[in-house]
Amino acid sequence: MYSFEPNEEQQMLIDAVGKYAANDLRPAAHDAEESRELPKKLVSKGWELGFLQASTPEAYGGFGERSAVTGALALEEMAFGDLAGALAVLTPSLFATPILLGGSEEQKQEYLPRIVGGDWAPYTAALMEMSFDFDPNALKTSAKADGDNYILNGEKIFVPFAKDAEALIVYANLDGVTQGFIVTKGSAGLSISEEREKVMGLNALPMYRVKLENVSASRLGGASGHDFELILSAMRIASASAAVGVARSSFEYAKNYAKERDAFGVKIAQKQAIAFMLAEMATEIEAMRLLTWEAAWKLDNNKDDAHIAAYLAQTGAADMVMMVTDRGVQIYGGHGYIRENPVELLMRNGRGFSSLLGLVIL
Amino acid sequence: MTIDFETPKPIAQMQTMLQTVAENMMRTTSREFDENEHAIPWGYVEFMHTAMRSMGGGGGLTVTDDKPKEGAEKRPPIGYQKLAAQIEMLSWGDVGYYLITPGGGLGAAAVQAAGNAGQKAKFLARFNDDKPTYAAMCMTEPGAGSDTSAIRARAVLDEKTNEWIINGEKIFVTAGDKSFTEYEKLGKGFVVVWASIDPSAGRSGMRAFVVESGAPGVKVTKLEHKLGIRASDTASISLVDARVPFENILGSPTVEKSTTGFKGAMATFDATRPLVAASGLGVARAALEFLKEKLKENGVEIRYGLPRQKLSNIEREVFDMEIMLKSSWLMVLKAVWMADNKKPNALESSMSKVKAGDVTTKVTQKAVEILGPLGYSREFLLEKWFRDAKITDIYEGTGQINRLVVARQILGYSGAELR
Repeated sequence: MYSFEPNEEQQMLIDAVGKYAANDLRPAAHDAEESRELPKKLVSKGWELGFLQASTPEAYGGFGERSAVTGALALEEMAFGDLAGALAVLTPSLFATPILLGGSEEQKQEYLPRIVGGDWAPYTAALMEMSFDFDPNALKTSAKADGDNYILNGEKIFVPFAKDAEALIVYANLDGVTQGFIVTKGSAGLSISEEREKVMGLNALPMYRVKLENVSASRLGGASGHDFELILSAMRIASASAAVGVARSSFEYAKNYAKERDAFGVKIAQKQAIAFMLAEMATEIEAMRLLTWEAAWKLDNNKDDAHIAAYLAQTGAADMVMMVTDRGVQIYGGHGYIRENPVELLMRNGRGFSSLLGLVIL
Repeated sequence: MTIDFETPKPIAQMQTMLQTVAENMMRTTSREFDENEHAIPWGYVEFMHTAMRSMGGGGGLTVTDDKPKEGAEKRPPIGYQKLAAQIEMLSWGDVGYYLITPGGGLGAAAVQAAGNAGQKAKFLARFNDDKPTYAAMCMTEPGAGSDTSAIRARAVLDEKTNEWIINGEKIFVTAGDKSFTEYEKLGKGFVVVWASIDPSAGRSGMRAFVVESGAPGVKVTKLEHKLGIRASDTASISLVDARVPFENILGSPTVEKSTTGFKGAMATFDATRPLVAASGLGVARAALEFLKEKLKENGVEIRYGLPRQKLSNIEREVFDMEIMLKSSWLMVLKAVWMADNKKPNALESSMSKVKAGDVTTKVTQKAVEILGPLGYSREFLLEKWFRDAKITDIYEGTGQINRLVVARQILGYSGAELR
């Protein structure tokens, strides 16, 4: 039976996250970006909304079941507030969710209760590598079996909060297949850059480069490993829903600006040239939101084509968010180019979606 | 309720059945009726009429919903969703054929929306008779398209005979010929003509009149030759001192200041826009499936999951087409789901049409381009689908008019504020 209505619980979550995004994340976004610093309180307040906690079963210290649909709804709201803030709040999920999806019982017991039961703490994951055609299914970082453990070698980029991370999942190539490995703080051969990564946007999110030289690690899921595709699809759907949130933010700013700004005796929104841009932005945002919801629903319901759906949703949303955030700047005209106004940051953040993967998971 | 994308069983069953019809009764003769423009595929017309009657769906393709079995759990209505899926599948078969599926079409929809109980009883029963029967809507004029306030057709009441005398010229009447011209194999149809009873009153003076087939002073003057959808007749109808009984007026015979009557009629477009979108997407799906099939035959693999940088141009194009098509269909589903659940859907309805107009056009254009000579040759149906597709972005409000509707909705502007 088709339905496009979130259930009551989801609606409550959307409302709570929406309030936090509008009242906390959004007002802080500009200064956080410029100062390259997210206020700690802001992140803990987001953590206290309990998104990860509500996605973790009681047996592991949480109070709910994971649902990609629910996650997509919440993340769109949060990313509407600020992308860097949303990614920071959800960083512990980068470690916890793969364990939930593919970890052994022992790994779940060891990590999940302490992550979901405590304050926000820097648990993270390392997926990306510095290559123009970065492919999560063809990683250069390698893993080799060594008794019960595995030896990792390689270099990872854009790892959020790596500096202080208690533990991180490092994705590596094991005989041609991507697998996750749990690396703990202070492991021999693990080095984390002093300098933070510098990228076009997301300056408030502290990201680091991670080098692995014969680092010994345990495999996610134990000896038999895990299904990486499931994790990858959860990352793709997260990326798509965050893109929808960022696009919606730019659309809303642009719409409001166009209704305020006078030109030739009318508001610029009264000109079809602008009004049609806005109509197309709204249409594309809605199209990709629905595509993302459907992919998330397919993942939740183990549909055969769930992974293809997630791939297409990510691809489509990345194109959409670029188009929308570019137009957001365009509608503001010269003012859009000035960093005092919010749309240029949204455009920089929007550009990232086609290049970045694994910075968020649902 | 919670977010759900599972196709309801009655819809899935209906899709399977109509796919068989599409494959065996439509695709097989698509080319023939594209090349013989004004010929009528009687086989399809009669089969569909019999099939729809036997299923109790008298009145052609309309919103029908199975009643849940006694004692079964009550479920939300899915009539519009079912109709959209039917239209998508028939259009996947052949959109020209779909448009001549017997029934009341937009003419009956106008009676349904603006007629009183007596009018509904009198005009709508015929669609379930032995012979296939049609009705059509006459709105467009040579000088009036989307701007319906420019309609110049006039209706004046002759108080002596208690008849309306209508003068005007109507064009682009879909199924106008089958609705008005008397064919032996068809039942007696009608057209619904829009005309002003008071030109000084602007839109609020506009009324719809049921004009029965064969009415004096009314003539089908032309059948258009078109880029595509050639199995569907597009008629010009002229009315010269046409006489119509007083009781055939839909809505009030006097002019009030408000435009609610007209707005009510316009509201029927909120219901029909996603259906037109659904039709276009059926054509687009046919084109995309054909493209993928031909690529496969030629050993071109489509690899999902790779980064953009590792994809071939053809793979990128195919993924973009799939993204467009799937997301556009979801917008249609949402709009009709809202209609079924009595949620106001003017915005979603127009958005779904904006998107589908673009998608249908782009997908068919790209498919022809990628397949080179195979796309352009009349040996295959793809070139026909490209021609058929273009109408999606034009009828039931062009893409531009629908952008205007969407823009007014999202900006909260009236027609005067955003012209």
